[in-house]
Order: sequence, then structure tokens, then C-alpha cells
Amino acid sequence: MTHPEPETTPVLALEGVSKSFGAVRALRGVSLRLYAGEAHALAGENGAGKSTLIKALAGVHRPDTGTVLLDGEPVEFHGPADARDAGVAVIYQEPTLFPDLSVAENIFMGRQPRRALGRVDHASVRRATADLFARLGVDLDPDQPARGLSIADQQLVEIAKALSFDARVLIMDEPTAALTGSEVARLFGVVRTLREQGAAVLFISHRLEEIFQLCQRVTTLRDGAWIASEPLDGLTEDDLVRRMVGRDLAELYPKQDTRTGEVALSVRRLTREGVFTDVSFDVRRGEIVGLAGLVGAGRSEVARAVFGVDRFDGGEVEVLGTRLKPGAPSLAMAAGLALVPEDRRAQGLVMDMSIERNIGLTGFADTTRAGLMNRKAERSRSVDWAVRLQVKYARLGDVVGTLSGGNQQKVVLAKWLATAPQVLIVDEPTRGIDVGTKAEVHRLLSALAAEGVAVLMISSDLPEILGMADRVLVMHEGRLSAELTRAEATEESVMAAATGRTNQGSAA
Amino acid sequence: MTVTATPVREEAVPEPAAGRRLIDKVFKARELAVAAVLLVMLGATQLSNTEFLSEQGIKDLLLNATILVLVATGQAVVVITRNVDLSVGSVLGISAFAAGTYLQDGGSSLIAILLAVALGALFGALNGALVSLGKVPALVVTLGTLYIVRGIDSIWVGSQQITADDLPNGFVDFGHDGIWVVPYLALLALAVLAAVGYYLRSYRSGREMYALGSSPEAATLAGVPVRKRIMTAYVLCGALAGLAGALYLARFGNVDSATGSGYELTVVSAVVVGGVAFTGGSGSVYGAALGALLLTSINSVLPAIGVSSVWVTAINGILLLLAIAVDRILALRVAAVLRKQAAQLRSARHA
Repeated sequence: MTHPEPETTPVLALEGVSKSFGAVRALRGVSLRLYAGEAHALAGENGAGKSTLIKALAGVHRPDTGTVLLDGEPVEFHGPADARDAGVAVIYQEPTLFPDLSVAENIFMGRQPRRALGRVDHASVRRATADLFARLGVDLDPDQPARGLSIADQQLVEIAKALSFDARVLIMDEPTAALTGSEVARLFGVVRTLREQGAAVLFISHRLEEIFQLCQRVTTLRDGAWIASEPLDGLTEDDLVRRMVGRDLAELYPKQDTRTGEVALSVRRLTREGVFTDVSFDVRRGEIVGLAGLVGAGRSEVARAVFGVDRFDGGEVEVLGTRLKPGAPSLAMAAGLALVPEDRRAQGLVMDMSIERNIGLTGFADTTRAGLMNRKAERSRSVDWAVRLQVKYARLGDVVGTLSGGNQQKVVLAKWLATAPQVLIVDEPTRGIDVGTKAEVHRLLSALAAEGVAVLMISSDLPEILGMADRVLVMHEGRLSAELTRAEATEESVMAAATGRTNQGSAA
Repeated sequence: MTVTATPVREEAVPEPAAGRRLIDKVFKARELAVAAVLLVMLGATQLSNTEFLSEQGIKDLLLNATILVLVATGQAVVVITRNVDLSVGSVLGISAFAAGTYLQDGGSSLIAILLAVALGALFGALNGALVSLGKVPALVVTLGTLYIVRGIDSIWVGSQQITADDLPNGFVDFGHDGIWVVPYLALLALAVLAAVGYYLRSYRSGREMYALGSSPEAATLAGVPVRKRIMTAYVLCGALAGLAGALYLARFGNVDSATGSGYELTVVSAVVVGGVAFTGGSGSVYGAALGALLLTSINSVLPAIGVSSVWVTAINGILLLLAIAVDRILALRVAAVLRKQAAQLRSARHA
């Protein structure tokens, strides 16, 4: 018992906090206590409610029930500014910078040092930024605009921002996801110093070893509910995983064994300057190939280029032996390719249109005669697929914007499956949907592969990749860094390749 | 320290900050480019017609530009926050009439101007409230207020007209006189321009307007009071449209119910030609002012070189498209440079 619950008052705490978004209960009666001088880990699978919890602490979301306590006193944060003024610094998973402004302005926005008459002291903003970068050992120019920074550099700017106001509470949502080994070590050094100076730290990471390295206590969430808060001493990684998952993995990832056939999608030396380089791979009939990697590694960009949404500078794409013309999605569709995009709200659906018409969008070739649409044909095609995918709706004429995330995703899938694709690319097929629907989507993908469809699945959800893929491709900074068989692919080997640490990751 | 040796070395070694330099240059150049086009145009006209830049000629140029510069300054602030205000023409018209009505009954010039500014600010606050609270696209909201304000104006004004004879002499003189070739009105516009430019550059709230336009989500997370800033931008824009209305009255001495109709489109053109991006977060009020000066100067240039002034609108349109084309091409080039730079950095890290 080296770390019993301290007897002091927590700096920042949540007591019995619940938060719902429409029908989705993101948090259910969750409590969390952050103590000065202690690093606290928040563990849980994707969709467990970690980000919502952070946003409740940061004043972005107001809890439906329960309280936020600052130094033991209930507080209400009316916005991020309130939380910031209370000394809460947050580093979000995806950097939130102003692309048009300089790095220095990004760090000090709203808090710039001022001269007489309230004027911003641009010189000392720049100097303070340079000091922060020196402290972090980062080689960045304070005057550089944030536009064009790599994800890792953007993350470093976020970290500098959090350091810039001596925060009492530092919250980090996967800050290491895009960092290299040495950058992680440097970040941890800074965090330890802050902790020793009395700051409370809340840390989220998918890399369990980092949790054990940095933190003293851990709180686990599952499906929005609190599971446990306990000292890390005496816990093993397996214990933690068991608390996080808490259900039968086989049920969530119903992967059928299939026979792989001929090569259906062949990508050769595909290059888009500065985005991805020299990407080559095959996907065979009956196979699910996982494409893993960190956010910003270029996975979605490869998918977009293969489908013809973006142009590419070099290389070629073949579908069932037919070479595709670059930059021509309609020809790619005709060749048997379908792409279920990453962002269903912006790219996958027309939110204001009905279910029927959204599904119908890919089928004009079949449902149009002499340039006139046959509404009846469109309707029966849509009903067919909506029923096959068990989309839950009141009427087919309902606007898709009113459906839940999971049902929206099913509509996107229906829209593309209705084209009877030979090659299906799915980009983050289960992001932000509930566990039940997730399992359904997995069953569907598995069944499609069994029918002989070649599936390329991009996912940031590591268990999903490991659970569903026959083969795993890993991208790191625009290049394919590893190709692993189902047997070789483990959380460690995939993460090692995704972070560019391939040479040391082959121990398992 | 020989100066001659350095340029060769700079070319040989790729600078890591090359992308930044280029961006800096582009943004500065964007305003410089407008200024250069303006100077070349004025110079060429002067060569073909030596009367063009006479004392009266310069005075006319400045007088013509003043009102557009003022309204474009306010509009630029709104556009920087990733919004737009289409009601400025209507607000200008009704403010001019309000000031004129007050002066007709023998009021003081200063109070007339303040009245116009206050009325403009009031309509600005209405726009700001609708846009920031209603979360409705600014284009639609201000299109609505454009018609509403114009409607109120028409009902109020009816077939009345205010002419210079109705106005006190001091006020009319203020609209024509100046110091040497610089009219008072232009001095006033210049002072406003400098003040707004300084505010945007040197005050937290000014910087927050750029932040807000650059990324509304990031601004919310950074604790920028988004609604308040949008409100400020619209109130400022409305107040400047009101001020422009009072100056319009002083300059032309003639206001009816159609005053300022269609003006909003000229204003938006000036802002865009001056390099304020419609996507928010970049550009400056100085650029917008230069854009305004350029557009109004064409009005004077064409008659001076013997071209019918019916060409003015077409040429304005061409300038607008050119400006957008240049911006787009530059943005693509900057993106390409940044991508290459990122690729170089990566390979350097891997090495």
C-alpha cells in the first residue's frame, strides 16, 4: 500500500457525473478525484466515455447530473475559459489550433502579456514562447503559422500551451499518440517536474506501459460507467485490460475464417507528394485487411486516392485487373470499388435528405431511365438494403440527421453495399457508435468477406484491427512500415510499427 | 562581413523556414500587390492625361474613396470573424436620412454624426445578436436585415428628399473642405482605419477575432468569448456604416429612400480585392481600404482616359475574380511548399 488514497482534499473532482447526448448515455454516475502531486490514468476502450469526462472537467460539457468539485467546493464551469481560469489545462487528442495565426499567438491567445493601455506585448509573447520551447527542448519557430505543422509539432504546441499557464491540473488526452520515443521521454520529464511541483495530472493513453511508467493511480471506465479507481501498484497490464474490456471479445469480433481468392485490389507505389510515399499492397477476395496507424499517418488519404477522390503524383491502382484512372471516383465505382468514408456527417451522408434518397444516391445508373428517375425503383432498392442492414427507422422518408450515429453508419454502409462492390474500403467503420451496432457492423464485414468481397478496413481502434483483420498493414508518417499476419499482429507489434519503432518491437 | 557571399549560400542550403518566409511574403505582398496595381493605374492615367492628378483630381479621388473605405473597414472586421454583413448599404441609407432629418431642423453637426453612428451601431447589434445567438448563417441573416432596414427607410422617407439647401453651411463645408489636397472626410476615414487596424493588431479582443475566424472550434476551446466578439464585430461594422451615412450626407447633400442601395456588394468586393479571405482569420483592414481605393479610383480613371464609365462595373467584376484567382493560386502554392517542407523534415528525422 504505497499509494493509499491521500487524506487531503482533491484539487479537482467529479462526483456522480452523468451526461447524455440524445439517446446515447456517454457517462453514467462517474466519480473521479485528482490529487495534487499525483498522476492519475484514465483507462477505457474507445467509446467508454473518456473524452466526455475530460470535457466535463474542462468546462466544455456541463454534466446533466452530479457535480464538479474544485478544492472540495462545488463549481460550475460555464465554459472552457472558466476551467482555464481555475488552473485546468487540457491537451486534446486532436490538436485545436488556429491555422492562420503564429505558433506564439496560438499558445497565448486570450492571455497575452500586455503593455500599458492593455495593448498586447507581441515581443514578450514571442519571447515567452521561445522560452517554453527551450524548456521542452523543441525546435520550433514562434513566428511560424500553425498551418502546415505536422501532427506531432501541433501536439507540442498544445503541450507548450498547457505549460504556459502554470496549471494546477493538467489533463492530457492521448498526447503521445503522434510523438516519437524521444519526444515522449521529454514530455514525461516535463510532466514529472510539474507533478513534483504539486500539479495534479490526468493522463489518457492507449499504451498501457506508459500508464504504468507515469501514473500512480488509475480509474477505469467501460461503456460510460465507472468500474474502478485504484493504485497502479500491484496491478498488472492484464488486470487493467480485463477491467477495460469486461466482455467476451469473441462476441464483439465475430471473425469468420474465409478462403482467400484472387487479388481484387492492387496498389502499386502510390505516392502523393508530402502526404504518402511509395505505398504498395494487395487485397484478395474473401480477405479483410486492416490498415492501422496513428492519426495523420496518411491512411485515409491513401483510401481517398485509391478511390479517386484525391489525385496522386505517382503509382497505379488496379481493381480486378482493370487499371483505374486517377481522380475519377465514378469510374472506380463502375470497376467495383466502394469507399465508406471516415466522416459520415460530412462525407458519407446528406444529413438533410431522407434515408431512401441517401441510399439512392449511389444507384442512379440502375434507377434512371432515359434521364428520368424511377422513384419506385429507388424506393424498393433502398427498402431492400435498409431492411438487410436492420436500420432502425420509423419511415424511410425520415431525414437521416435524426437517426442515431450507429444507424447513420448503417445507412452509409447500405448506400455503398447497394452498389454490389467487389472491393469495399471502410474508413473507421465503427467510430462513435454503440457496442451493439459495432458488433453488427463487424458481423456484416465478416459476412461480406465470406461472400468473396475484398475488404480494406482502416481503423484507429486497435482491438478492432486485431479482432477483425486477416492481415494488418501499418502506416507511419506516410509510408507502409509493416505488414503483419493475423498471428504476428499484437497490440505491441502494431503500435511499434505505427510509431516507427519497428526494430525494437519484434521481441514478441 | 561581406554581403556578397551570403546569397549564394542561402540558395545552396534549403532553409527550414522557407515555407514561413513565403507565407509572410504572400500576406504582406497581398496588400502590396493591391497598392502596386493602384499606383500603376494612377501613374499610367496621369501619363495619358496630365490633368488627372491635379489638386482637384487628387481631392476627388480621396473624397470618392472615403465612404467606401469606412464601410469596407467595418466589413473587413466582420469578414475576419468568418461572417459577413450585407445590411451595410441599407444602414448607411437610413443613418444618412436620420442625420439629415435632424439637421434640417437646425441641429448641431457633431450630434448629427453621433446620431448616425449610434443608429448604425444599433442595427449592428441587431445583426450581431441574430448571428451569434441564432446560429444562422450570417449571409442569410444580414440579407434579411438588409430588406428590413431598407423597408423601414422607405416607409419613413417616402417620397421626401433631403438636399444640400436643407443642411447647415458648416456641415456642407465639412464635406468639401480639407487641408491642402486632403479632405477632412478622408482624414477622418484614415484615423478610423488606423484605429481599427491598431485595435485588431494590438488588443486581445482584436486577436481573438482572427482566432475566431481561423477556427471557431479551437476558439471555443481556448475560452474565446465567441458571441461577444461576433457582437463587437457587427456593432463596429454597423457604427462605421452609420458614420459613412453621415459623411455621405455631408459630401453629397442629397439623400432619398434609395441611398446606399446595392452598396453592400461594392463593399464586399473591396474587402475581397484587398485580400481579406472570406474563410476568415486572415487579411487586414489596410488591405480592405486599399481595395476600396482601387475600386473607386477606377471610376475616375476611365473618364480621364476617355473610356465610357459604363465599363466600371464590368471592370470591378474582373478585378474581383482576378483577386480571388490570385488568392487561390497562392494558397495552392503555399500548401505545396508546406507539404514539401514537411516531407523534407520527415526524411531529415528518419536519417
